[in-house]
Amino acid sequence: MHGDYFNDYTAVLIASVAGVVLVLTAFVGSLLLSPRARSALKDIPYECGIEPVGDQWSQMHFRYYPFAILFLIFDVEAVFLFPWAVVFLSPFLTSAIFYEMLIFIGILGFGLLYSWKKGVLDWR
Amino acid sequence: MPVDRLATGCQPLGFWDGMGLWEQWGINFFPRLGDTMCRAMGGATPGGIPDWLIFAILGLAGAFAVVNVAMLGVPYVILLERKLLGRFQHRVGPNRVGFFGLLQPMADGIKLMTKEDITPRVADKLVFSLAPLVFVVPVLLMFAPLPWAPHAVLADLDVGILYIVAVTSAAEIGVFMGGWSSNNKFSLFGAMRVVALVVSYEIPLVLAIVGVVMLTGSLNLAAIVEGQRFVPNLLWQPLGFIVFMIAVSAELNRAPFDLLEADSELVSGFHTEYSGMKWGVIQIGEYAAIIGFSGIIATLFLSGWKGPAPMPGYLWFVLKMGMIISGFIWVRATIPRLRVDQIMNLGWKFLLPLALINIFVTAGEILAYPDGLPVWLIPVNFAFAAIVVAVAARLLGIQGQPRQVVPAPPVFETMASS
Repeated sequence: MHGDYFNDYTAVLIASVAGVVLVLTAFVGSLLLSPRARSALKDIPYECGIEPVGDQWSQMHFRYYPFAILFLIFDVEAVFLFPWAVVFLSPFLTSAIFYEMLIFIGILGFGLLYSWKKGVLDWR
Repeated sequence: MPVDRLATGCQPLGFWDGMGLWEQWGINFFPRLGDTMCRAMGGATPGGIPDWLIFAILGLAGAFAVVNVAMLGVPYVILLERKLLGRFQHRVGPNRVGFFGLLQPMADGIKLMTKEDITPRVADKLVFSLAPLVFVVPVLLMFAPLPWAPHAVLADLDVGILYIVAVTSAAEIGVFMGGWSSNNKFSLFGAMRVVALVVSYEIPLVLAIVGVVMLTGSLNLAAIVEGQRFVPNLLWQPLGFIVFMIAVSAELNRAPFDLLEADSELVSGFHTEYSGMKWGVIQIGEYAAIIGFSGIIATLFLSGWKGPAPMPGYLWFVLKMGMIISGFIWVRATIPRLRVDQIMNLGWKFLLPLALINIFVTAGEILAYPDGLPVWLIPVNFAFAAIVVAVAARLLGIQGQPRQVVPAPPVFETMASS
């Protein structure tokens, strides 16, 4: 045997293969059972029943972008928090880790307050 | 590590002896069946079938079982939602197909199978067809590390909860693939919105888990259930529970956060162009995610398969999941949809600070009482959570934009005065 690590992730692999097979079965089933009546009108993109106006590639507003950057910052913070949380009860560490993490989150929290004041968090 | 799991090799001899029937059922729905299969294949004797083959066969059976629990659960969650929504709106809900409408999901499935599957001419056909697959498979993977009963885990991952966070956010790639490849304005808008929404609520979701992890000292889901010895984590973590519930309903794109398919604005969001079984697969993914996330909430906050009365573990687990699913449906029937800016404010200015406060309050409590938290902290925690939520909501209310009062158009005034 290759140990539990191998076992458990093999089970995940098997489950993902089972999921793919299941979805593909549904697709093949609908391919076999469903009628096919193509027509040019049916194939145009839906736009509330009228002919599509203009290009389908509409431009997206800039406001999505700052949220993506903030997400990156805080998601990395969350990744740092997890190992800290796991060893928090460990008797080999002193309470200093609490204050260290307080400083770390404090700096990030200050960043959040700054972006709040700057109005980055407002959706407009 | 113990070998007595659902999907690993033979049990040691005498494993089942001396256990009550309830306890055996808690471990496996069919006690001794996997064990008997394993021995019949010669797993325990030298020179029999190699261990990896037994593992592959039993693993396949386990994966099949777990995927089917999701697949059979979905139609009945949909039926439950339609029934309950009907009751909330003073209707009966579906009651024509079969007794009490119980065959309605089968009829829906047959209908979806025999519907024409239309792909728009301008769509990117490969990405369009792959999107439902990419959307559904991560959702099904979410079920792998869920502990249904003691030792009844398909994959007992040591990074369990991190794995779940990683896998569930992968599903949004499928959403964006679908929205982008449809080549439709509404689909693209819906997909952009859902990415912004999920990205904003991912952070409170992950930070709310940190408090639970701190109480347990492990990321393993079975260990988290074992760690809730006398009371569920909900009592120690009321604030974390509130944040987690709100973030989960945003992550699931359920009402009141169902911006991606805001029917009155975008036709139905990223799956506007989908029809037939592809639409059905997307629907399966959405409802399987509800089942999976309610399982995670039950595991993290409601002590999973444990319960006060002697009942098999999976029954407790399914009962708690059902309660949480009904809660989601109740919220959908009650609260109207939020605007985009309100949703962003709620995520970044309300939930994120609350999640950070929760982490440090939990850390302080553990630091003050390293040998287990005292019972009187439970009411204190609840009072603290209520105060913090009230204060934060008040601050958010002041900070938000003032409500605009639109004067009635003159035609109504003349009608009223005449």
